[in-house]
Amino acid sequence: MGAFLQIADFVVSPFSGYVYPNETVVPWGVLIVVYPYITGLVAGAFIVSSLYHTFHMESFKPVARLALLSALAFLSFAPAALLSHLGHPERSVEAIWTAHWTSAFAAFAYVAGFYAILLILEIWFAFRVDIVAMSQTAKGVLGRFYRLLTLGSTDVSERALAYDRTWTKVLAAVGIAAAAGLHGYVGFVFGSLKSREWWSSDLMPIIFILSAIVSGVSVLVLVYVVSSKVRKATIDERCMTGLARVLWAFLIVTLVIEALEYVEMLYRSIEGIEMVKLLIAGPIFYGIVIQATFTGLPLVIVTVLLARNVRGKALIGWLSFSSVLLMLAVFAMRWNVVIGGQELSKTAKGLVTFTPPLWGREGVVWAATLLCGSFVFLWALSRLLPPWEPVEMSE
Amino acid sequence: MSETKLLKDQAGRRGFISLLGKVCATTAMCSGVGTVTLESLKAAAASTSTPVPTPAKAEFPASGPVPGNDWTKRRWAFGVDVTRCIGCLRCVEACKVENKVPFNPQDFRTWVERYVYLDGEDNARVDTQSDPVNIAAADSPQDYRFSNRYRNEKVTKAFFVPKLCNHCENPPCVQVCPVGATYKTPDGVVLIDEKYCIGCRYCVQACPYGARYFNEETQTTDKCTWCYHRITKGLKPACVDVCPTQARIFGDLNDASSDISVFIKSHRISVLKAWTGNGPHVFYNGLDGEVS
Repeated sequence: MGAFLQIADFVVSPFSGYVYPNETVVPWGVLIVVYPYITGLVAGAFIVSSLYHTFHMESFKPVARLALLSALAFLSFAPAALLSHLGHPERSVEAIWTAHWTSAFAAFAYVAGFYAILLILEIWFAFRVDIVAMSQTAKGVLGRFYRLLTLGSTDVSERALAYDRTWTKVLAAVGIAAAAGLHGYVGFVFGSLKSREWWSSDLMPIIFILSAIVSGVSVLVLVYVVSSKVRKATIDERCMTGLARVLWAFLIVTLVIEALEYVEMLYRSIEGIEMVKLLIAGPIFYGIVIQATFTGLPLVIVTVLLARNVRGKALIGWLSFSSVLLMLAVFAMRWNVVIGGQELSKTAKGLVTFTPPLWGREGVVWAATLLCGSFVFLWALSRLLPPWEPVEMSE
Repeated sequence: MSETKLLKDQAGRRGFISLLGKVCATTAMCSGVGTVTLESLKAAAASTSTPVPTPAKAEFPASGPVPGNDWTKRRWAFGVDVTRCIGCLRCVEACKVENKVPFNPQDFRTWVERYVYLDGEDNARVDTQSDPVNIAAADSPQDYRFSNRYRNEKVTKAFFVPKLCNHCENPPCVQVCPVGATYKTPDGVVLIDEKYCIGCRYCVQACPYGARYFNEETQTTDKCTWCYHRITKGLKPACVDVCPTQARIFGDLNDASSDISVFIKSHRISVLKAWTGNGPHVFYNGLDGEVS
């Protein structure tokens, strides 16, 4: 076992077996766990919103606009995790101006930027009537802010609203592809590397998209339930059942694909499989246990909720509980992929055991701050653009 | 990709090589073998009065940025004769000094692996100078040693394997760099522009050989350059120069009489992790199948 030394933001990790000397510092720490986690929340939340705006699934109406704001809040903090991680964040703009297109990373600014524009546009159309109304009632700085937000478009006639609806529908439809693309791309960042056995998989983008949707729907359930409790508003049971159905559908596919990934790797048993087994039994053991049980248990709970048509407090309570477990499970999955991949040495002869530092740029505290920051930003957004009472748009 | 296209693509990222060229124009300043840092290069470049043609964006000069060193004419390659390496680790020390690699146990441009087969064991025990036991055996952080840890064991087979960046034909590190800060020169060397690197470490992940490390001081990625500042002056890489047994060989593949050409012709050579399709340009003689 190697020495455990703290060096600035990075940790020299203990290792067993043989690892290349340069591998004892894990290059991607907890921030790169948080980055795909946050982008995953974006994708999941957005897709729920699109189910209402594009496919007219009325049961999602109470959360459709909340989902849009959630997606924007999380999307705003995803780049923060990446930027914090860079050695030279001030040079990050070069990835836009002089992007090296053979790199998966080079696409991030463009993919995320396109998605952000699309999301902001959709939010504007979805909230335009409210913005116009608030621009007329709000006073002072806030009033000026809302007037600015109208972009001079104060027409709320039936014709204008029909125009808004069409745009919202189109943007939501394109957004589904963009959300899947954004997160599939994140999976590609890992899956396309042949240097790491743990990452190199064609299933990686699919697993990332599916688990992203699961975590996004889960966070939406929690945000909806908590915000309703705080506002002392009634929770729409039809909406909760709808969310449970979406969760169930994606959950079962996620579980199968993730299980296939592991089974296939073990079944192929190529060189280095012994180390893979030691990795699962060692450094990421608890991560794998959390990922498996916190995915399996909610599947059972949600299945029972739907099969027995559970309503009322039981539905809300158990679905919220399942959502908490699923959010932890998806975080564990991100950890197992990002950190686990680096704990398995490229020599296929050794393991590194990574423990993140508490403080510093790559520390747990900063990563948690970024995660919490996205929720604070969501709260601020919901104060500016209350998503609770959607203005009726006559058909 | 055609050579012309390659040169055009890379034209915008050659700033510091141009700087190297300016430095080498003042050969008096460059005649010493000591450490050359980018700052010292800058200072040297600023003091030179020799006009150096600035590469145009559209047309990159056919002869590279270093006068007298036509980088389109050479094809550098490296050889390692495993049968000759004695594990003295002078190469590792020389590299650290020459290239200002931090003297710590986790940052290396080159390292040496020791493979030891003990009686009754099927798999080799592998360690490097970074192993805590070997660190403890060294006299100081600037010295590297392999401890005599197996002196009481029955060793059936043992050998040393020097490792370094393979300067691949299809380098995955270059492929994944989001800004093109790491690139392959026409003479076959993979370099990093530390003034351009954003420090994302994607290249560290992509290298299957573990050849890259993140330099805490510069906050950029670093790796072996085959001592580009030396080879463009007609010198050999520091590790090759100090090797007492000629286990490390370096030269120009375009020159049939160069050390590397002769080495390749006269041995059964192999490369590391050929399955990656990266096309490594570090050629080994006497490599055991166990080595990865």
